[in-house]
Amino acid sequence: MSGVHRYLPLSEAERAEMLRAAGFDRPEDLFASIPAHLRLQGALDVPGPMAEQDLLADLTGRAAENRVPDPRAQFLGGGAYRHYQPSIVDHLISRTEFYSSYTPYQPEISQGTLQAVFEYQTLICQLTGLDLSNASMYEGASSLAEAILMADRLAPKKRAVLSDRPHPEYAQTVRTYLAHIGVEVTTFGHRPDGTADPQAARQALAQGASALVIQHPNFFGCVEEVETLAAAAKQAGAHLVVAVTEPVSLGLLKPPGALGADIVVGEAQGLGVPLSFGGPFLGFLAARTAFMRHMPGRLVGEAKDVDGRRGYVLTLSTREQHIRREKATSNICTNEGLCALTASIFMATLGKRGMMDLARHNHAKAAYARTRLEAVKGLSFPEPAPFFNEFVVRLKGSAAEAVQRLAGKGILAGIPLSRYFRDRERDLLVCVTEMNPKAEIDRLADEIGRM
Amino acid sequence: METRNLRPAEGLLFEVSRPGRRGADLPPLDVPAEGPHHLDRRHRRDDIEGFPELSEVDVVRHYTRLSRLNYAIDLGLYPLGSCTMKYNPKINEKVARLPGFADLHPQTPEEMSQGALRLMHALERALAAICGMDRFTLQPAAGAQGEQVGILMVRAYHQDRGNPRQVVLIPDSAHGTNPASAHLAGYRVEQVASNARGCVDLEALRRRVNDDVAVLMLTNPNTLGVFEGEIEAVARVLHDKGALLYMDGANLNAFVGQARPGDMGVDVHHLNLHKTFSTPHGGGGPGAGPVGVKKILEPFLPAPVIERDGDRLRFHHDRPKSVGRIRSFHGNFGMFVRAWAFILAHGPDGLKRMSETAVLNANYLRRRLEKTWHLPYKEPSLHEVVFSDKNLEATGVRTLDVAKRLMDYGFHPPTIYFPLIVKGALMIEPTETESREELDLFVDALLAIDAEARRDPDLVKNAPHTTPIRRLDETAAARNPILRWSPDPRKS
Amino acid sequence: MSADGIYPDDLKYTKEHEWLEARDNRATVGVTHYAQAELGDIVYVELPQVGSAVVAGEAFGTVESVKAVSELFAPTSGTVAEVNGALTDKPDAVNRDPYGDGWMIRITMADPKEVDGLMSASQYRKYIEDEAN
Repeated sequence: MSGVHRYLPLSEAERAEMLRAAGFDRPEDLFASIPAHLRLQGALDVPGPMAEQDLLADLTGRAAENRVPDPRAQFLGGGAYRHYQPSIVDHLISRTEFYSSYTPYQPEISQGTLQAVFEYQTLICQLTGLDLSNASMYEGASSLAEAILMADRLAPKKRAVLSDRPHPEYAQTVRTYLAHIGVEVTTFGHRPDGTADPQAARQALAQGASALVIQHPNFFGCVEEVETLAAAAKQAGAHLVVAVTEPVSLGLLKPPGALGADIVVGEAQGLGVPLSFGGPFLGFLAARTAFMRHMPGRLVGEAKDVDGRRGYVLTLSTREQHIRREKATSNICTNEGLCALTASIFMATLGKRGMMDLARHNHAKAAYARTRLEAVKGLSFPEPAPFFNEFVVRLKGSAAEAVQRLAGKGILAGIPLSRYFRDRERDLLVCVTEMNPKAEIDRLADEIGRM
Repeated sequence: METRNLRPAEGLLFEVSRPGRRGADLPPLDVPAEGPHHLDRRHRRDDIEGFPELSEVDVVRHYTRLSRLNYAIDLGLYPLGSCTMKYNPKINEKVARLPGFADLHPQTPEEMSQGALRLMHALERALAAICGMDRFTLQPAAGAQGEQVGILMVRAYHQDRGNPRQVVLIPDSAHGTNPASAHLAGYRVEQVASNARGCVDLEALRRRVNDDVAVLMLTNPNTLGVFEGEIEAVARVLHDKGALLYMDGANLNAFVGQARPGDMGVDVHHLNLHKTFSTPHGGGGPGAGPVGVKKILEPFLPAPVIERDGDRLRFHHDRPKSVGRIRSFHGNFGMFVRAWAFILAHGPDGLKRMSETAVLNANYLRRRLEKTWHLPYKEPSLHEVVFSDKNLEATGVRTLDVAKRLMDYGFHPPTIYFPLIVKGALMIEPTETESREELDLFVDALLAIDAEARRDPDLVKNAPHTTPIRRLDETAAARNPILRWSPDPRKS
Repeated sequence: MSADGIYPDDLKYTKEHEWLEARDNRATVGVTHYAQAELGDIVYVELPQVGSAVVAGEAFGTVESVKAVSELFAPTSGTVAEVNGALTDKPDAVNRDPYGDGWMIRITMADPKEVDGLMSASQYRKYIEDEAN
């Protein structure tokens, strides 16, 4: 077999020369330090090799096996949101200087990345109404877990109180992260309208807690009473942690920081990061200044160089794993740098007007869908609280079956809640974004009505 | 090498912003703008204070200029030890962007996502074959999360046997994520000493291991680039006392196709798709940290797990002994596509040739540098080699200065001051995708810097001289942190 | 690192490079010249609350430079009577004047005799010289 491969720059002759120059007789001698009986005799059981042409054909075929309706007729939310990505976003993140560069530990040759992250941190603060943001985390669920751990570091009470309304996968992740850290998690209930119950929150907080945690809008689409819950948290000496899974909602809703939230955390995939079957996504974390030295993840700060020029540098690194090791604020190292850049460019492109208009459009479309569905006989709405771009509709029969049948008509109507909650057989979580034209919303309502 | 056409700094988005500009237009709203379900004023914000206002052209220029301030692997070598900064194939970017993958919503029903599931399943099987393990989870978003999941599974395994145990043993040469991850799983961390060869001290380990030790976390090859030759004996010592062996697979590039962790007595290990499997570093991620396990740990894998059901693949959620979820959805799928394409492009022989070339390149550098630069450990190197600044002691020039001066020669520096067991460490890993010319230029640069340090130490101590920005006052940045732009002079 | 930094004779010293000045049952504690030189520019000092207990040999806070963090170990047991709040804004005082403006905490000692077990200046100088070799 030829030793030359398109990614390996050495020719056979160069290889032989370098082997000699490095002091080896045969290629096998390079691995003399591996005990002989551990050396593989046969070939690895993996497919390939493939030339590019064949690779492209193979993967194109594989991608085509995902047979989905036209995105304009998809109404899926539940923690991931389909928004239009302006063409310059992918164009700019495809610049090799951004995507093929390393973590900016050497600031002198990474000012592009560092300044972009500084801008990202600022944009997140502006959206959430808080003072500080980190450079990104993996995705929303683990970020929420990290936020709770952070709240407990600042005010160690070893207890967190969670609403029963966040995304179930977020609640599960929180439990996994907190399982062995000695922070107890208590859940409190919700009101008939679908929002977290402040009275129940107060009761749960009575024994003391470092964090009161809600999702806003919550998993069922309901806009929460952030201010009331913030007051309840404050009174109990706890921090209000607001998880957000649909960041576009922040273009319309009052920033949680202005309503008394101490930490706003969650999923920023909705800011132009591709859906990509669930990842890579973008966890964000914003907090008040008091949390600065307890923040997990990287932080970029402003600095001056020896010539007095303004620049940017990773800072407060002593919080992190490579210095503080087991006492670090988190174990996170590689995060979601390129996704943070994607979101930054998205936010910069839309700008103030664009973000607010985008949010308005999403809300108007969802409100229209709701109004159309309310006119269909036999449907009800078990979570009547105000919503942003997602809401629950109760069908006459099984929601999972309805989704199947509607898929046959080229519509992905929503997420059957039975996927997460066994007792919610008839309930469907419907999300509408700016990507759904009126005609498709009408068709959704008509087809549901026809069932 | 010249600093490649880099330019001075660009203002911040908020400084180049002009009121009234916009960079994107939405289609006209085709539904009513008001109605009974529209949120009333009390929920709404009036403004996003400080948010920038830019035209599309402004945005394109801003980020294009910013990009030119960055070094990148497509410009030249990054000899970063333990990072495996190899070439990122462009076909991988193309296939990851296929709409069938990139636009696939994670809540899409399984019947409609069979292509994605098949790719994940195939990747799992390929990784299992490459590593000699029984199963893999693809859920962890990065190596550190992989370590966390791995140790959580170890804990669940011990708990299932009645005693979770107390301690994780970690060598003093380990990466910081190791103890940080162990701590998150509720374990106490204890250090295990290295011997004179830089490997785990087997006798010290034997003395320490008893039934309060859950697992030893071992990097192989270790952070000196040396193969842990006694790894099987290490595994036996652990297994004899019911403890497990975790391998940090960050350095897997050293022996893919030559040997397999599963054959060495390893019970669980992570690997980094953004290292060994070429997915781009993105300026700090995204990555992916799949974790391989032997059968004994299979019940504890994070849920859901992909299983074949007739001719279909399904997510199995009902896993009573699972450690649970570590994140939302299925993992960094976009990176799976890239890694899978990488494996397909190479095939079995290509992967073998990959590790062989990586080790050849590292040894070539070692041979050309070891007469001039101090080599603290003389054991055979695999894919990386660690030097120190000891030979420069009399000059006052330190590893940090050498790293900064390398930038003037057009290179990203190696990993510095790691591993901690070497004072002034310079950890060099070229990877297999470097040409001889690039390696020779790098050697020439390091030899030149050694000469400069002796002849004109200040030249090195004040480096870099030619980069867009020079050494930053990191002390002041840490004493008075400014972590965001603000419209007024007050700092946050 | 040689021992030609200043190590006042009227102070006591620990193996973890803290100094202690005893006056009746009050002890003032900080880090030595050696410590601040090893750490480099100090960017942050984390100190306990007034009134909290400290135990000899156990950590009572941390001191950070840009690239390193070190724990601060109590040379003696007791209660924290005073904390040098000025270090929040001026952590560099630890570099400039480790025995003066760089003082960290004052302890009301539980057992003033504990101090006898600490090193003298000459013992400490020898200790750091040995460490260097």
